[in-house]
Amino acid sequence: MSAAHTEAHDHHDHRPSGIMRWLTTTNHKDIGTMYLIFSLTMFFVGGIMALAIRAELFQPGLQVVNPELFNSLTTLHALIMIFGAIMPGFVGFANWLIPMMIGAPDMALPRMNNWSFWILPFAFAMLLGSLFTVGGGPASGWTLYAPLSVQGGAGVDMTILSIHMMGISSVLGAINIIVTIMNMRAPGMNLMKMPLFVWTWLITAFLLIAAMPVLAGAVTMLLTDRHFGTAFFDPAGGGDPVLFQHIFWFFGHPEVYILILPAFGIVSQIVPTFSRKPLFGYDSMVFATAGIAFLSFIVWAHHMFTVGMPLAGELFFMYATMLIAVPTGVKVFNWVATMWRGSITLETPMLFALAVVFLFTIGGLSGLMLAIVPADFQYHDTYFVVAHFHYVLFAGSIMSMMGATYYWLPKWTGRMYNEGLGKTHFWLTTIFFNVTFFPQHFLGLAGMPRRIPDYSVQFTEFNIISSIGAFGLGLVQLLFVYIIIQAVRGKNEKATAQVWEGADGLEWTVDSPPPYHTFESPPTVK
Amino acid sequence: MSASNGDYFLPDPSPWPLVASVGLFTLAGGFVMLVNEVNMAPWVMLAGGLIIAFMMFGWFGIVVLESEAGKYNAHVDTSFRMGMLWFIFSEVMFFGGFFGALFYLRNLSIPWLAETDILWMGFEGGWPTAGPMGAELIAADTPISSPGQFSTIGAWGIPVWNTLILLTSSVTVTIAHWELKKNNRLGLIVWLAITVLLGFLFLYLQGFEYAHAYADLGLTLGTGVYGATFFMLTGFHGFHVTIGAIILLVILIRCIRGHFKPDHHFGFEAAAWYWHFVDTVWVGLFIFVYVV
Repeated sequence: MSAAHTEAHDHHDHRPSGIMRWLTTTNHKDIGTMYLIFSLTMFFVGGIMALAIRAELFQPGLQVVNPELFNSLTTLHALIMIFGAIMPGFVGFANWLIPMMIGAPDMALPRMNNWSFWILPFAFAMLLGSLFTVGGGPASGWTLYAPLSVQGGAGVDMTILSIHMMGISSVLGAINIIVTIMNMRAPGMNLMKMPLFVWTWLITAFLLIAAMPVLAGAVTMLLTDRHFGTAFFDPAGGGDPVLFQHIFWFFGHPEVYILILPAFGIVSQIVPTFSRKPLFGYDSMVFATAGIAFLSFIVWAHHMFTVGMPLAGELFFMYATMLIAVPTGVKVFNWVATMWRGSITLETPMLFALAVVFLFTIGGLSGLMLAIVPADFQYHDTYFVVAHFHYVLFAGSIMSMMGATYYWLPKWTGRMYNEGLGKTHFWLTTIFFNVTFFPQHFLGLAGMPRRIPDYSVQFTEFNIISSIGAFGLGLVQLLFVYIIIQAVRGKNEKATAQVWEGADGLEWTVDSPPPYHTFESPPTVK
Repeated sequence: MSASNGDYFLPDPSPWPLVASVGLFTLAGGFVMLVNEVNMAPWVMLAGGLIIAFMMFGWFGIVVLESEAGKYNAHVDTSFRMGMLWFIFSEVMFFGGFFGALFYLRNLSIPWLAETDILWMGFEGGWPTAGPMGAELIAADTPISSPGQFSTIGAWGIPVWNTLILLTSSVTVTIAHWELKKNNRLGLIVWLAITVLLGFLFLYLQGFEYAHAYADLGLTLGTGVYGATFFMLTGFHGFHVTIGAIILLVILIRCIRGHFKPDHHFGFEAAAWYWHFVDTVWVGLFIFVYVV
C-alpha cells in the first residue's frame, strides 16, 4: 500500500523490490499490510465454507455435502475464522497502528515480526491441505474434543501441527507487541496516556502469551494419545476425556477475549472521534479491560456445564462468568456516555462502531443467559450458542475490523474511500448479519442441535431465512473488497493528515500516507 | 546498511524468517508423515531440521555480528530482555498445561473413576496408576517379573542426584556471570564450561534412567496416565535442558572467541535465564512427579 509514495522519506532504506520486499521486509507497515491481506483472504476462504454449510442447511435432508465433509467444514470454518481471519486481522491493525500511536519508528523486534507473519501462510497451507488427505480434514469441531479427535486420519495430525505453527506465530507476535508497547513509547507517552487500542492490545498480547502455550500442550497430548500410546484422555489407562476439555478451555476462554479486546480498543478510538468528545472514563476502560482479562482465566468451565462437574464447580464458574458482565457493562456505559451530548456524525466507521456496541451487547446478553447453569443445560450445543458467538465474533470482532478499515484506510493509503459505497456496505452487512443469525436464537431455543447437517422439518423456515441472509452477507463482502481496492489505487479524493475532524492521537499528526518509518526521531507527548 | 537513529535500531530486510518458516513447515510436514508411516518421513524431517539449523547459523550469526559491532544500544538491549522474559513466561505456561493435567488426573479424575462402580468395577485408583486396564503397580525401583506389572523410579536415586546437578549448574552459571562482570575471562570460561558439562551429565543420567525404566521397570509412555505424565513432563523438560545446554555451549564458544563485555552481554544473560528456568521446572518436577 505504501509502496509508491515513500521514496521521498526513505533515504536510508535499501529495501529489495518486487516480491522480495514482502518476503524479507522488517517494516511494520509492510508486515501489517500482509497480515491484513492474509486476514481478508482467510475471511473469504472461511466464508465460502460457511456458505457451503448454509447451503446444506437450506432445507432438511442431505443435499449438498456429505456429513463427513460437513463436519470438516464446520471445524475448518471455525479454525480459519478464528486463527486465520480475526487474529491475524487484529495483529495487522496492531502492526500498522501501535508504532504510530505510541510514537515509535517500528516494532521493537522487526525480524521476528516478519517471522510471525510468514509462519501463517505455511500453517494454513497445512491446515487446508488436511482436506486432501485420505480420511479428509479434521471433523471433530474446532474444539478438537477427545475421544473424537483421537480418531481420524492424517488430516487431524496436520491440524494439530498447523495449530502448533499458529501458536508459535501468535506467541512471537504477542511478545513483539508487548515489548514494543513497554519499551518503544515516545517520551511523555506514559501508560495512562496511551490510546485505548494500544491498551487493549497490551492486555490481549498478555493473554496470548499465557493461553497459546496451553493449547499447544493440549494438542500435544492429543498427538501422543493418537500415536505414542499415552492415555491422557483414555479412562482405560486412568485418563479422562474431560481433561482435554479443561485444558482446551483454559486456553479457549482467554482466546475469546483475545478475539474481542482489540475490538473494544477500536470502538474506543472511533466513538470519541465521531462524537467529537474525549473518551468518557478512560481509566475505568483500562481497568475494565484488565478486569476482563483476569476473569477470563477463571471462567473456562462455563463451556462444559453439561459435562458432569461437581455442583460447587458449576456454581463457581457460573458466578465468575456473570461477573464478566460488570467490566463489560462499564465499557458499554462508557461508549454510550462518550456519545452523550456529543456532536455526532455518522460516517461509515462510526456506523460500524455503533453497530458493534449494539449487536455485541445482544451477544453479551445471550452470553449471560448461557452463563446460567440450569438454563445452559437447555441451550448447550444448540443453535442458540451459534447465534451467541456470531453476535460477539462477527458483529463484535469482524465488524469492528471493518469499521477500523474505513477509519484508518485514508491514513494508510492517503485517499478517502467512497463514503456512499461504505455506507451501503455497512447497511447491507448489518441487515444480512441479523437476517442470518437472529433466527438462530429461535432455532436453538426450540432445540436444534449445532454441527449436524440435517434437521427436523419444524426448523425449516428459520433455516431458510438464515441461509438467505448468509448468502447476502457473503456477497456483500465483495463490495468491501472493491471499496478497499478503489482507495488503494489512489483515484479517490486525497486525505488530509488528520483525516477526521475529531480525530485525536499521534497517528493523525503524520502525513497520509505516513512515511515508511513513521517517527525518525521520537515525538514529544505533552 | 541497517539504520540506526538515535535510540532506535532498525534492521535491514532479512531472508531468515522466511527460511525459518520453510524449515518449520518441512519439519512439521515430515512429522505428520512420520506418525502416519510414510516411508520418506525421516528424510523430510531431516531436511526440515537442516533448514532450521542453517537458518539458526544465518539469523543468529547476523545478530552476533550486529551485537559485536556495537549496534545494540541500551534501548535495544531492554527490548531483547523483555522479549526473552516473555518468551520464558510462555514456556512456563506450556509446562503449566502439563502440570495442570497431572494435578487434575491425580486429585480429581482418578478418584472419581475409582468411586464410580458402573464402568470400571474394582478399580481402586490411587497414584501411581496405569488405570483400570493398565499394568499393575509394584514397589518402586523393583525390576518387574511379568509384562503385566510396572514399577516407578524412586526419588532418592538418580533423580535426587540430578536435582543436585542442576541446582549446582545454576550456581556455576551465576559464578560465570560474576566473572564476566569482573572481566575475568578465564574464570568465565572455566565456570561456564563446568555448567555445560553438568548440563550434559544431567542429560546422560536422564537417558540412563529412561533406558532403565523401559528395559527393567516396565515403565513406558504407554503405562497409563502415570507413564504418560511422567514421560511427557520429564521428556519435555529434558528436551528443554538439551536446548539450554546447546545454547550454553554456543555461548561458551563465543566466550572463548572473546565475545561479550563486562557491561554488555545480553546473549550470555538470556542463556543463563533460560538455564535457571529449566532448573526451576526441574525442582517442580522433582517435587510433584518424583517425591509426592
